[in-house]
Amino acid sequence: MPVVDPSSLSGRLVAGDRGALARLISWAENGDPRFAAELAPAWSRVGRAWRSGVTGPPGAGKSTLVNALAGRLRATDKRVGILAVDPTSPFTGGALLGDRIRMEERSSDPGVFIRSMASRGSHGGLARAAIDACDAMDVAGIDEILLETVGVGQAEFDVMSAVDTVIVTLCPGAGDGVQAMKAGILEVADVLVVNKCDIAGADRLATDLEDAVAARLSIARAAKQGWQPPIVSLSAALGNNIEGLVEAIGRHRAHLERSGLDQLRRARRVEQVRRVMLEHLGERLWGAGGLRELAERALAAGDPPYDVAERLAARVLRGANP
Amino acid sequence: MNERKIRVLVAKPGLDGHDRGAKTVAAVLRDHGMEVIYTGLHQTPEMIAEAALQEDVDVVGLSILSGAHMTLFPRVRAELEKRGIGNVLLTGGGIIPAEDMQALEQGGFAKLFGPGTPTDAIATWIRQQMEKRFAAEAAPRGTR
Repeated sequence: MPVVDPSSLSGRLVAGDRGALARLISWAENGDPRFAAELAPAWSRVGRAWRSGVTGPPGAGKSTLVNALAGRLRATDKRVGILAVDPTSPFTGGALLGDRIRMEERSSDPGVFIRSMASRGSHGGLARAAIDACDAMDVAGIDEILLETVGVGQAEFDVMSAVDTVIVTLCPGAGDGVQAMKAGILEVADVLVVNKCDIAGADRLATDLEDAVAARLSIARAAKQGWQPPIVSLSAALGNNIEGLVEAIGRHRAHLERSGLDQLRRARRVEQVRRVMLEHLGERLWGAGGLRELAERALAAGDPPYDVAERLAARVLRGANP
Repeated sequence: MNERKIRVLVAKPGLDGHDRGAKTVAAVLRDHGMEVIYTGLHQTPEMIAEAALQEDVDVVGLSILSGAHMTLFPRVRAELEKRGIGNVLLTGGGIIPAEDMQALEQGGFAKLFGPGTPTDAIATWIRQQMEKRFAAEAAPRGTR
């Protein structure tokens, strides 16, 4: 492994310095180029942490579950990193990040690092910042990363497609079984959790999910991997059957390690490169190239937008100084 | 580079179960476009400083109504110093007598707010303070 200057920020990160980790995550969130510069010398250390994503509707008990899961992992002396994403207001750009409240039991444990992240809402920005934050935690020597995001939507899906094990958390009393079969919820799941298993309706929800999984109702992601998502009934608040979830994650991990984890991870990195490159290219061409002015002029002249876009693309590809 | 957000930790130190004020201020700061981390009740100075470190906040705001501010506030400050983040903008509010406010403001707290403060005034003050700091940092700086 290449030697990293211990006094540099990346050196401090490699040594597990929490302040360095926190600052790098901020840079990742801000799209600050110093993030990439500091991560690069330590890049060979990325890939040792296992990344689990916890998603599900608001109120399903995700934060409580992450807290319980982290506690269980700590019992086996694993270092745990938690990244809790909450939404940014599209109106004010502000966010209230309250996941730490339910993770208080973990907050004085030096083996747990908790970071709250606002979704900030730029296209693909959340996925990028979340992946970067996970990479930084990985370099800092964290063994198990738990990434929590609310809801189901494109931004969340992008985030979840960047973790190793996706845990979808549902709870009884939040609509009938059909709610759980809505597009996107089952498809991303590697493990399904029925939380609040002590509440009436939990058994029914588990049965509905079993039927849905058995019927292979478009369980696209898992089916591609030859994996049938197990259903784990537990109570995060009461601490019931958290070990069942730890075991399910372990089985999924073993399955992926047998069936080409490296390939899967490389495919995700290729996608990351594609996104970063296109974003970079787009900003450069659009910003410096004067394409905006050309587009405005063409549109003012009454040209249809698709024609304008095609002409501008052709102009760039011809290598004309746009 | 994306826009940099002001990150604020709102915390309640010690044995004080009254968090209406802290939650109100947290919501107001959120509505002013800030990212606010609220950690809940009964936080020790160590927990507050550790959260401030991990969340890499720019501002720490303490709310206290129990009367223990002269004990707890300096301890939070000491724990922040111990973690190398004594430079965060440190503020707070609650039921704090004027002479105590003065003492704390001389002891590293930038400003304290008492009952009756318009909530927008707190948000505006934080924004002004942070704009000054961000401008000073915009000049090339090393890692902290």
